Amino acid sequence: MKIIKKIMNKENVMHTVFFVSACISIAAVLLICIFLFANGIPAIKKIGFFDFLFGYNWNPSKDEFGIWPMIVGSLYVTGIALLIGVPIGILTAIFMARFCPKRIYGIIKPAIDLLAGIPSIVYGFFGLMVIVPLIRNTFGGSGSSVLAASIVLGIMILPTIIGVCESAIRAVPESYYEGSLALGASHERSVFKTVVPAAKSGILAGIILGVGRAVGETMAVVMVAGNSPVIPDSILKSVRTMTINIVLEMGYAADLHREALIATGVVLFVFIMIINLCFSAVKRRSKL
Amino acid sequence: MILNVQKKNKVKSFLMRTAVYAAALLTIGALAAILIYILVKGIPYITPDLFSPNYNSENVSLFPALVNTLTMTAISLVIAVPLGLFAAIYLVEYAKRGSKTVEVIRLTTETLSGIPSIVYGLFGALMFTEALGMGLSMISGALTMSIMILPVIIRTSEEAIKSVSDSYREGSFGLGAGKLRTVFKIVLPAAVPGILSGVILSVGRIVGETVALIYTSGSVAQIPQTLMGSGRTLSVHMYALWSEGFNSNQAYATAVVLLVIVAGLNAVSSFTAKKITKGKI
Repeated sequence: MKIIKKIMNKENVMHTVFFVSACISIAAVLLICIFLFANGIPAIKKIGFFDFLFGYNWNPSKDEFGIWPMIVGSLYVTGIALLIGVPIGILTAIFMARFCPKRIYGIIKPAIDLLAGIPSIVYGFFGLMVIVPLIRNTFGGSGSSVLAASIVLGIMILPTIIGVCESAIRAVPESYYEGSLALGASHERSVFKTVVPAAKSGILAGIILGVGRAVGETMAVVMVAGNSPVIPDSILKSVRTMTINIVLEMGYAADLHREALIATGVVLFVFIMIINLCFSAVKRRSKL
Repeated sequence: MILNVQKKNKVKSFLMRTAVYAAALLTIGALAAILIYILVKGIPYITPDLFSPNYNSENVSLFPALVNTLTMTAISLVIAVPLGLFAAIYLVEYAKRGSKTVEVIRLTTETLSGIPSIVYGLFGALMFTEALGMGLSMISGALTMSIMILPVIIRTSEEAIKSVSDSYREGSFGLGAGKLRTVFKIVLPAAVPGILSGVILSVGRIVGETVALIYTSGSVAQIPQTLMGSGRTLSVHMYALWSEGFNSNQAYATAVVLLVIVAGLNAVSSFTAKKITKGKI
């Protein structure tokens, strides 16, 4: 009797331990929200919501904290990174799912995994040493620009997009493809006109995930973007994203300046939450 | 007329095929460009000096950073792996299907995996470094890292535990084992390869992390005496070399070391993945 009781107890204790561990995720998200918002919201209030979000000037020494240039910068860089990364990513995914001989797949798959594993600082360094000079020599200017940041980000989001899109394309029932072939369409036409459209929402999920990566990336862009806090008037001009803003100045900022940086983090966090919600919604629809 | 359409279709097919092949080539080309460039520039600077036990501005040794990376990885795993594993056990073995709590746990885990590292960095700096008074230390960094890798570990462990066939559990119950015993003696051993792949993935993230560590574990270029001391990992070391503005040769060499570690981890993970599909472990 005693032994049974003891075991029962152990079972119960461990059940609780498992449950508590599972709740750590909830606690972590709550803590992140609390700490960010508690430290960021007061600053937004002090600066003024509109002055902060839509202010054109970021000049901490004059107590001007407008992050509009950084918001635009983040969107600008992300947009162009998508223009580069999405077509290449989707087409590569199509290649891997439908065109790739098995032997080549054994090479290309680990290659994509490696691309995903390269630390962002190495991407940044590569951008700084190769892409920036390339742009400088081709188009003039300093080279540190929207374009440089977008190219680096475009490469970085490739593995994300390829991974999700490939599994989405593979999840399309074979009968779609066979039906199309039976109607006399070529292999290419069948893939592009029946299989890929059927994988649409999965592909969209991949793109959204890529957007999240691009918006949140810091290290790779800070080295190549030029970092001046003004809205760039061309893709060859210097740009500062929200992430860059935080990492550049956090080291020495104090008081309101520091709080304004944390508030920048809050805005970034809200952006990411919206992107995540879109991702979950699309993912649920595509049942990935 | 029909011939014309056929010809047009052939051209279209050809274009589609070309686009697909070109994209794949571009992807591989980008990877090759990065690898070759870093290796060519970095390998000549991998000298014995780089691995001397103490950092100074002359030898720019990466050895302390390498040791710190290992320490950081170890502590983060010690914290995150049990928690993540237990969470996965709860989600698969204990939770009632469709319960509200489980849904919230899943949602938050998904949220955690989407949060960019700079936000983790800010949070770590605010909570561990400041509010809990840990200062710029290895332990603040490791705690931040463990939250960051938690979703990876939970997700992969969950998949691994789920894929263990129910007949294992039934057999164990049939022999009179309790639930706990079944989980630890039967289910977990069978799920080890899957769990391992999650751990390897996490190690890769810790090794590659920069932003989340700069303001939590700091960038002192020595091996700290205690875990309460600040120390830079390899990635932070590379960042520091860049922000100091000189020593780019050593930065290349550090990049080579990072790439070697990442490639090694990938090789191990694909090896275990192969074992899983063959069911040899």
